[in-house]
Amino acid sequence: MTTVLATAASRGMMLCHACGILARAAPHSHDACCPRCGAPLHLRKPDSIARTWALLLTAMICYIPANVLPMMHTSSLFGSESDTIMSGVVYFWTSGEWYLALIIFFASIMVPMLKMISLVLLLVSVQMRSRWQLVQRTKLYRLVEFVGRWSMLDIYVVAIMVALVQLQALATIQPGPGAIAFGAVVVLTMFAAMAFDPRLIWDPVEETNG
Amino acid sequence: MAETPRMPETSDIPEAVAMPKSRRTVQLVWLIPLVAALVGGWLAVKAIMDRGPEITISFDTGEGLEAGKTKIKYKDVEVGLVKSVVLSEDKARVIVTADLVKGSERYLVEDTRFWVVRARISGGTVSGLGTLLSGSYIGVDLGKSGKPRRDFVALKEPPAFAYDVPGREFLLHSDTIGSLDVGSPIYFRRLQAGQVADYSLDKDGKGVTLKVFVTAPYDKYVTSNTRFWQASGIDVTLDSSGIKIDTQSIVSILIGGLAFETPPESADLPEAAAGTEFNLFANRTLALKNPETLVMKLVMVFNESVRGLAVGAPLDFRGIEIGTVTAIKANLNAADQRINLVIEADLYPARLRTRAVKQQAVLSEEGRTEFLANMIARGLRAQLRTGNLLTGQLYIALDFFPDAPKAKLQLFDSVPEMPTVPSSVRELQNTIASIAAKVQAFPLEQIGADLHQTLQNANKMIVRLDTELTPEARDAFTEARKALATADRVLESNSPFQQDARRAMRELTRAAEAFRVLADYLERHPEALISGKKEEKK
Repeated sequence: MTTVLATAASRGMMLCHACGILARAAPHSHDACCPRCGAPLHLRKPDSIARTWALLLTAMICYIPANVLPMMHTSSLFGSESDTIMSGVVYFWTSGEWYLALIIFFASIMVPMLKMISLVLLLVSVQMRSRWQLVQRTKLYRLVEFVGRWSMLDIYVVAIMVALVQLQALATIQPGPGAIAFGAVVVLTMFAAMAFDPRLIWDPVEETNG
Repeated sequence: MAETPRMPETSDIPEAVAMPKSRRTVQLVWLIPLVAALVGGWLAVKAIMDRGPEITISFDTGEGLEAGKTKIKYKDVEVGLVKSVVLSEDKARVIVTADLVKGSERYLVEDTRFWVVRARISGGTVSGLGTLLSGSYIGVDLGKSGKPRRDFVALKEPPAFAYDVPGREFLLHSDTIGSLDVGSPIYFRRLQAGQVADYSLDKDGKGVTLKVFVTAPYDKYVTSNTRFWQASGIDVTLDSSGIKIDTQSIVSILIGGLAFETPPESADLPEAAAGTEFNLFANRTLALKNPETLVMKLVMVFNESVRGLAVGAPLDFRGIEIGTVTAIKANLNAADQRINLVIEADLYPARLRTRAVKQQAVLSEEGRTEFLANMIARGLRAQLRTGNLLTGQLYIALDFFPDAPKAKLQLFDSVPEMPTVPSSVRELQNTIASIAAKVQAFPLEQIGADLHQTLQNANKMIVRLDTELTPEARDAFTEARKALATADRVLESNSPFQQDARRAMRELTRAAEAFRVLADYLERHPEALISGKKEEKK
C-alpha cells in the first residue's frame, strides 16, 4: 500500500447510505445530513470506537454469568439438574461424545471469546493508529462480523429443547439465566462489530501520506 | 462500461447540509455497559450475600454421594448442596463439603444430625423408595442446642425420630438386646406407641441400655411404675395353668418389639420424666408381677420325687399364689444317711392380707414365725400336687391337713421349715402298691397246681366212664325200651286188661250207688238198723 489512493474522506466527501448521493462535507461543521433525502451523513461512523468499546465491555460483563450461571434446568423423574455451558461440555466429553463437546466448546466458549479478543485488538490498534497488518486486521474484522450470527448455536439448542421437552411430570427443560446472558453476549458482540468502522483501520495510512 | 459516465467536478457535488451541533457530553451508549455492570454486580453481591454456611460432614462411605448433585434436605425441602466429596486424611472416612442455604446458621448446632437417605427396608418399614430414581440425598434433623458447629459426623442409620416429634425418650436396662434393633416398635395396648431409637452395651458389658422413644400421646401413660417387656416373637408359656401363647402384632413376631403397661393400681402416679430409667423384662408376666416388698423364706423337705417341679413354680394356698419356688436341692443328711429333697421358696405373706386390713401393722419377723408356728400346729402342711396332668407340672400346695401327724416349726439353717405331707398321688401310689403286694402274696402257683391235678383226675374219670359204663348203659336202654313196648301193649284201649278194668269200674260204681241209697235210708230211718226196712206205704 505504498501508492497513494484517494479515499472519500481524504477528499472531504461523504456518501449517503440511504440514497447513495455523494456530498461534500461542510466546512467547520461536524454533523451533516444528506442534501437530497435528509439522512445523516458522516465521514466515519460517529463515535465508532466509544460505542464499540461500550458494547464490547457489556458483552464482556455478560460473558461471566453466561458461563457461570446454568444454561438449562432439566427436571425429570430422576431429579433435576442445572447445566452450565462448561458442565455440558464436560458431560459430553466424559460420556465419550468428544466431537459434540468440541462443537459446543468452540461455538459457545471459544468463538465469543475470540470475537471479543479480536474486537479489543482492532480497537486498541485503531486507537494507537497502528499501521501493522492492515489487510489482515480488515480480514479479521470481516471474519468477526461474519461469524457473529453462528454463535447463537447454544441459544437455538436451548430454545428447541425447551419447546420440545415439556412432558410435565416426566421431564421438563427450562432455560436458565445463563442463556439470557449468553444471548446478550452474542447480540452485543454483533452490535459491537457493527458499531466498529473498519475504515478507521486504514486512516493512519491517509494521515502519513496526506 | 461502454459509456463513460460523466465525472462530476468536485464543485458539482452538493455540499452536505450542516446540522446544528447537538453533541451530548455523555454518550448514551456507555449506559449499556454501566447497566450491565450494575446488574452483574448486584447479582454477584446477591449471590455472595445469599451464600449460606459451608459445612463438612464425615461419612463412613461415599455411597450415593455426588459432588454438585447430592442435596441436603430437611423435611424434603432442599437446604443445601454437596460441593465436594473427598477422602479424609487417613483415608478412613469420606468428607463431604456442602453449602447450605442462607439462614441455616442457627440450626447448625451441636446436636444437628445428618444421614444419608436411601432406599432401605428395616423395622418392617420400607423407606426412601423415591431415592431409587432420584438418587440418595442427605437428610438433616435440626438440633436444639445453642452451641454452633460446622463439622459433623453423619449417622449410620436414619434416626428413628426427628427432634420435633412430640414425645419422650426413656432408658431401658436389659440383660440382652433380644431380637430388637433400632426402629423396633413399642406397643401400648397393642397400638404402636414408639420405637427403639438407639441401644448401647453397658460399659461393664453386663447389660444393654436401650433408648426408646414413646411418641405423644402415649408418653403420658408412662409412669414411674410402668413396666416394659420384650414383646418379641411368640411367647409360649407352658405352666400349671396350661399353654399360653402371647403375641403382639405380626410385625413384632417377625422383627421383635417392646410393649409397656402400667399396673392398674399405680395408674394414678405422675407421668415419668423424659430420660427415666426402667428395667426391661423378658415377658409380660414377669413385668406385671408385683414386686414383693415382704418376702419370707421357707424350706420344705420332701421324701418323694420332685420331678415336674421347677424353679418359679407357685406356692398355692387354696388357689391363691402366695409364693414361688426359688431353689430345688438334694441334701444328704449325714446323720441318717438319707437324701432329702430340700425345696426353698419365697412366701409373700402380704398376699394373704385382705384389702380391708391393708393398713394393719406389718408383723415383725418373730411375729411372722410365731404366726407360722400356730398355723403348723393347726395343721398347715405343704404338699406336692400335680398342676397339669398332661405335662406333669407340679406345684406346692399349702393347706390344712387336720389329720396330719403333729409337727412343730423347725428351723432349717435358720430358715423356718414347713412340714410336708405326701402328695395325694403318692398316697394313691402307696395304696396301689400295697394292693399289688397283696396280689403278689396270693399263692397263685399252688392254686394253679391243685387245679391242674383236679382237672387231670376228672379227665381220668371221664375216660373210665366212657369205656366201662357206656356198653352197659346201652344194654340197659334196650331192656328199658322192651319193657316200655310191653307196657304200651298192655295199656292199649282194646286190650283185655282195659276191658276188664272198665267193667270192674262199672261194678264199683253200682256198688257205690247202692251204698249211697242205703246211707240215705239209714239217715232218714236210723231205726231200720234194728227194725229192718219197712214196706213203703202207697
